[in-house]
Amino acid sequence: MTQDVAIIGIGLHPFGRHDTLTGRAQGAIALRAALKDAGIGWDRIGIAYGGSHDAGNADALCNDLGLTGLPFVNVANGCATGGSALASAVSAIRSGAAEFAVAVGFDKHPRGAFNPHPRDWGLPDWYGETGLMLTTQFFALKTRRYMHEHGITEDALVRVAQRAFRNGALNPQAWRRREMSYAEIAESMPVNLPLRQYMFCNPAEGGAAVVLCPAEVAKRYHAKPIIVKAAVVRTRHHGSFEVFSPALAAQQAPAPTVTASRAAFEQAGVAPRDIDVLQLQDTDSGSEVIHMAENGFCEHGEQERLLRDGETEIGGRLPINTDGGCLANGEPIGASGLRQVIEICTQLRQEAGARQVPGTPRLGYTHVYGAPGVSGVTILQR
Amino acid sequence: MPHPVLASPDLIRFEGDTPHLVGSRCNECGEVYFPATDSCTRCTATRMSPHDLGHRGTLWSWTIQGFLPKAPYNSGETAETFQPYGVGYVELDSGIKVESRLTVADEAKLQIGMPLELTLIPYRRTDDGEVHTFAFRPAASA
Ligand SMILES: [Zn+2]
Repeated sequence: MTQDVAIIGIGLHPFGRHDTLTGRAQGAIALRAALKDAGIGWDRIGIAYGGSHDAGNADALCNDLGLTGLPFVNVANGCATGGSALASAVSAIRSGAAEFAVAVGFDKHPRGAFNPHPRDWGLPDWYGETGLMLTTQFFALKTRRYMHEHGITEDALVRVAQRAFRNGALNPQAWRRREMSYAEIAESMPVNLPLRQYMFCNPAEGGAAVVLCPAEVAKRYHAKPIIVKAAVVRTRHHGSFEVFSPALAAQQAPAPTVTASRAAFEQAGVAPRDIDVLQLQDTDSGSEVIHMAENGFCEHGEQERLLRDGETEIGGRLPINTDGGCLANGEPIGASGLRQVIEICTQLRQEAGARQVPGTPRLGYTHVYGAPGVSGVTILQR
Repeated sequence: MPHPVLASPDLIRFEGDTPHLVGSRCNECGEVYFPATDSCTRCTATRMSPHDLGHRGTLWSWTIQGFLPKAPYNSGETAETFQPYGVGYVELDSGIKVESRLTVADEAKLQIGMPLELTLIPYRRTDDGEVHTFAFRPAASA
């Protein structure tokens, strides 16, 4: 049996727009907050994993926190950067490489949609030059096909966004804190149909960090340690429907989310029905709908009813994205996955205030998906 | 009639005036790729042959690009002159779905399963004239 690992410190620099702060400064604020929460100094951290997509090398944080000589690994795994950093930190502690580890992420993106360069992704120039290489197109194309195959209508897309902004309004740290009416979302500007303006998250800024140690000593550092029951990263298989695909294979294969989720449930020894509160990647409404089923929380096509019946609300059976998710918080790529982990820790500690799920939640779940087909899942336990 | 100038000549071969998409096919397992690749992600083989993917298909999924993409998109349009364009995956005879621009950008006229055929559209103007790329349009006869 491998040794359990616990999260003993969490720290967030709220996501949004912060014109006077660099991305790294926001990462440093989050990291200091996480260390303070754990009650230990930076000099006790034995290994660190961190990432940023657009705001420089994460290990430059050592210039802020202190040059202690620790191994600091820069992680660059797109939207799964935070999940990858966390999985690596967990492995480091399990292997005995360090007693205290940190996973940290931060970012600061230019306004507007991301503009990836084809060569960075092993793709020919024409793919970008002729207007086919946009993440928003992929989300729309995958959503359209999914709606066609599984009888989902635009109603589900509107309800996901509406719940995200409703939850965001309850979260003092969220970026978008204004509730929106059904009509406001349903009639917003078409961006990539079937997806509209308020069904997409925006690139943003922010920082997030967690401090980890072996579970057996965790209570010495925090009254409510959160056990990492699973932290899994998987990449795509031949035939899965991925972002930045000039073509799709004749024979379809399951998404990396499906394989990451199954592996995580197996590692943790629990099932989707055991999860009390969850975070699913919601770069857009359609993705969240698809991810509900890809992660095993419902059957394909069942989402519309679950959303309509309020099952995914904070008081429902399957509370999703209680902090407003990417839709209400925006997406600083390097930090986004760790924000999810922090929200689940906050919920399991029962410290989420107005957005706290009722009862005594015991198990939480986080999921990210990003280009070019990588998914990270964690299962966390109080 | 001379063939139009293409952003990506390697993707197209002409049968008379009819453009066909060109990809590759794995010599070992038969998997088909677009654009042509030199290795097979299905079976990991590295021996591939050029493969004619034809010029007809059916619409498998679609969207309408509603905002001007940033660079490297290089149509030369501005936010003021930008015209939304259709994008879809088109299922070809072999079962591969090729991502392509669509000549139709009207949601009322796009439906999954509709028959399509390959065409070439000017998407960019330079001092030397128009540059074309591949696109699918509603089939003249199904
Ligand atoms: Zn092969």
